[in-house]
Amino acid sequence: MAHRIFHKINNVTQYLARSYGVDARKVTLIPGDGIGPEISAAVQKIFEAAKTPIEWDVVDVTPVKAPDGTMKIPSKAIESVNTNKIGLKGPLMTPVGKGHRSLNLALRKEFNLYANVRPCRSLEGYPTLYENVDVVTIRENTEGEYSGIEHEIVEGVVQSIKLITEEASTRVAEFAFKYAVENKRSKVTAVHKANIMRMSDGLFLRCCRMASSKYPQIKFEEKYLDTVCLTMVQDPSHYDVLVMPNLYGDILSDMCAGLVGGLGLTPSGNIGSNGALFESVHGTAPDIAGKDLANPTALLLSAVMMLRHMELNSQADIIQKACFETIKEGKYRTGDLGGKAKCSEFTDEICRKVQESS
Amino acid sequence: MLGIFSKCTLPKKAGSHTIRQLSSLNFDIQHKHPQARRQVGLPRARYGGRNAVTMLPGGGIGPELMSYVKEVFLHGGVPVDFETIQIDPQSDNNDDLQYAIMSIRRNGVCIKGNIETRSLDTAIISRNVAIRNELDLFVNVINVQSYNNIPSRHKNVNCIVIRQNTEGEYAMLEHESVEGVVESMKVITKENSTRLARYAFELAKNNGRTKVTAVHKANIMKLSDGLFLETCKNMSLNYPDIKFEHMIIDNCCMQLVSNPHQFDVMVMPNLYGSIVSNVICGLVGGAGLISGRNYGDHYAVFEPGTRNTGSSIAGTNTANPVAMLSASADMLEHLGHKVHCDMIRTAISKTLNEDMVHTADLNGTAKSTDVVDNVIKHVKSIAGRI
Amino acid sequence: MSILKNGMKLLMNRSAQNALGNKCLHTPSSLDAAKAVSIKSPIARAFASGEQNEDKFSNLPVERITCTLIPGDGVYPELMNSVQTVLKAIGAPIDFETILFSEVQHSSSAKVEDVIKSINRNRICLMGALMSPDVSYSGELQNLHMKLRKGLDLYSNVVHVVSWPGVASRHKNIDMVIIRELTEGEYSALEHESVDGVVECLKIVTASKSQRIAKFAFDYAIRNNRERVTCVHKANIMKLGDGLFLKSCSDIKRLYPGVNFEAMIVDNCTMQMVSNPQQFDILVMPNLYGNIIDNLAAGLVGGAGVVASSSFSPECAVFEPGARHVFQTAVGKNIANPTAMLMCASKMLRHVNLQHYSESIRNAIREVLAAGKVRTRDLGGSSSTHEFTDAVIKAIV
Repeated sequence: MAHRIFHKINNVTQYLARSYGVDARKVTLIPGDGIGPEISAAVQKIFEAAKTPIEWDVVDVTPVKAPDGTMKIPSKAIESVNTNKIGLKGPLMTPVGKGHRSLNLALRKEFNLYANVRPCRSLEGYPTLYENVDVVTIRENTEGEYSGIEHEIVEGVVQSIKLITEEASTRVAEFAFKYAVENKRSKVTAVHKANIMRMSDGLFLRCCRMASSKYPQIKFEEKYLDTVCLTMVQDPSHYDVLVMPNLYGDILSDMCAGLVGGLGLTPSGNIGSNGALFESVHGTAPDIAGKDLANPTALLLSAVMMLRHMELNSQADIIQKACFETIKEGKYRTGDLGGKAKCSEFTDEICRKVQESS
Repeated sequence: MLGIFSKCTLPKKAGSHTIRQLSSLNFDIQHKHPQARRQVGLPRARYGGRNAVTMLPGGGIGPELMSYVKEVFLHGGVPVDFETIQIDPQSDNNDDLQYAIMSIRRNGVCIKGNIETRSLDTAIISRNVAIRNELDLFVNVINVQSYNNIPSRHKNVNCIVIRQNTEGEYAMLEHESVEGVVESMKVITKENSTRLARYAFELAKNNGRTKVTAVHKANIMKLSDGLFLETCKNMSLNYPDIKFEHMIIDNCCMQLVSNPHQFDVMVMPNLYGSIVSNVICGLVGGAGLISGRNYGDHYAVFEPGTRNTGSSIAGTNTANPVAMLSASADMLEHLGHKVHCDMIRTAISKTLNEDMVHTADLNGTAKSTDVVDNVIKHVKSIAGRI
Repeated sequence: MSILKNGMKLLMNRSAQNALGNKCLHTPSSLDAAKAVSIKSPIARAFASGEQNEDKFSNLPVERITCTLIPGDGVYPELMNSVQTVLKAIGAPIDFETILFSEVQHSSSAKVEDVIKSINRNRICLMGALMSPDVSYSGELQNLHMKLRKGLDLYSNVVHVVSWPGVASRHKNIDMVIIRELTEGEYSALEHESVDGVVECLKIVTASKSQRIAKFAFDYAIRNNRERVTCVHKANIMKLGDGLFLKSCSDIKRLYPGVNFEAMIVDNCTMQMVSNPQQFDILVMPNLYGNIIDNLAAGLVGGAGVVASSSFSPECAVFEPGARHVFQTAVGKNIANPTAMLMCASKMLRHVNLQHYSESIRNAIREVLAAGKVRTRDLGGSSSTHEFTDAVIKAIV
């Protein structure tokens, strides 16, 4: 099934390539595992309906064995991203506790994606316990606790190194302020634990302060990680844009996603020094893969973020509006939102709305 | 571990062959594991000064005695939490028992009554023995001390009986070699004898005792008891300050009833230990008074000294709660709660010696609960003074 | 699970009945209780602490117990007053040995060694939240709280997060226990600047400490008749460090066949916690994750003002608020919520076998919160700390 869809994608790609010719911008598409191919196909279909000038370059990132015996991402995929500078990625499977480095981590390092951006917004028409959530988590993505440097000093004693550098911290802090300006946000909160990790988080905090001085129009505040957790679940409206080191970002971004109804609805973008990768961060859901039941919203909204990043704002607005309206109307909701619609029906409805408005 | 026990509960087939097979499995339990189980102890279940302790009420009078212990602890403010595990005496499988053993491994310390094994199947070994073997509780210690005002033949008896707890005649290696001929094997190992003897001498040294007597039957069982005696003799060479004697079991019993004061610390193999401890408990006032302690390298189990179920008087409010209460005091001593231990011991001794509240087994008229109430009364007044 | 909770309720009812005047000393309630539990779980087990009849304590002779008291920073000295007022009002036999211990007022603070000595002597301590500035006056990496924990070997922190009646929150019926390792992990205070602008911070995970906290969690489950332990980790990324923690937990699990065990990645856990917190029973985790989840969970049931915690070493117990925020802006305004500190006192009393006093404080708080007439500002009311304290005292008397 997945295979068939995959073929379909390829056909669509060729079609798109023909229709937009030189104006189209090439984007690398990594469909991913599990439900990845279906939701990627859905996104492609909607983009086609909105006549976005995008040409898809579909690549496979299943690791292959390199000559030195380690598992590596195929070089074709890396080349593709390097030339296109922009990519869209479905969910990937991460084997826990196996020999090679986790693929997501490897991709981040490979493409030098230093910031992870996740806007979490309450969806109208799909009520959760928290209303009016509108926060953006920006997470440093290359170092911190996920440096991958770990060793067993003596038996039974493991040491992991959390690495904080001035360069990476400054880079992500400045990005956060830039993002706040571009997206008309008013406040940036630096989340840290400098009362415990006085040097490392202290350095991160200093970099944020430095960056904030360049953007006087944006309000800046510093909060302890635990305080943020505590107040976030009580009243999320305290926060606007949050910027933080890797692990904290990982935890908080998932928590914020939980506030608005789960990872199936939250888009995610990774900004790198030489490109950007937009992805859906939910699991591969192998149990419903190929059954036309998946919800493509997260990947679609990620793709919308991508359009904004490429400054294709008009198409982005049209697609986003169509998507939100479809969910709000509630006629064609997928199973995870309590509806009965198939992925394809949901997609078709969005396409219809897109065509109406364009 | 679970595997071994599930094998033990295989349906018994007629014929000696099967029995022998099962016996060899029992042999595994008995003798392969004590060595193999020398394991690193888990962290103690002691949190903020409170200990978690496994409680196995067992059968007969066990549950009532345990409820008395809980009550006394409650009033004394003893920082101990009990994990009570009931072992269903009727069940044929040993799941409950395995769980209990696991619980003792976790908590490190257990207080138990006598656990019934109702099955007559030769394949099912006694659950009490199984606990001792699984946990490698190689030594059983009974500290016998007379209470002044308790009617008994002998006054001022004060000796310690140290008994090998995991091998000897209790190996339960029995088989019918030919029809009508049953062989029972008695196993003595040098290793177990050595550590038992070392324990006995160390105990004597640390408690200011002057003499260790090894009890045996080496004149008849020259090899097995001979090995035991030999090991004790060798060990005694390391402790020149402590006098070493040895005595044959039958003579020992006679000496005990005629002049028990000659004994100080006594060390012996399993079966003799059973005999001697019961004899000596009888001398000072019966089964209801004396507590026993079982120690291994990592675990400690406390129980009444004579290991009787007392099923016949269960529920009649006549059982003597003193033995179990003493066992609980021993436990507190082991856990390092010295103050609480002394508190309970003093309360017991006041109840027996000053207030003369005695149950029927001591020719008294008090009910079990009268004794407990009286102990609680003293515990309360002592607790107020701490 | 729900059956078991009912069972607990049943036990509670039973003890409530006893408290109402069933003065018979020898009710075989403990045996009944053991039976009641045995119906539900394949292996009968019940802890003495779950079966105690409070009425037996009413005529206990007065045994004075000394407790170290660290007032803490921010609003906590005020809240400690509140605690002392309540304890005095109910006549609890507790004496306090107050020690000023603070990093922000370091000139008047007692030395760590003295505090440790005092707690080691008294075995129990009531402690407010300590403020820890990002840069210590002496330039040390370890803050006072960390020093105290290391010095006492205070390795486990238990936060019982439970929904209070009458406290408005989005999630209802939360009842979970968060157990956190306190002595290692990210809180190692081993940091260095290897080259300019690059700081390395070491996270240490050891098998022995991981096993110790895992065993604590499972023992807690057994002692409190809980059914499930969830290990929170990030072993998919920190394969060695968190991997060791996860492995230690699953190793220890083998000793507890009656307790269910599962593992959850920390980011997923936070998400689950805000969407479906009722699913959790006991959670066990390394240091930093514990800090996060504690605060998150506290936020779910009404904030830092209502959640108490206890920390244990093998020998001592320290009772402190579950979410440690000093609430500096409210100092001297008499508006902070004393619930968390009063619950700490209640837990402390329970720990030293003064269940009667412990229960009466807890029930009084419950009553006051449920009635909803007296509420502090954090719970949407307008009452002062003093008013709340008085209401609690009135509810006890």
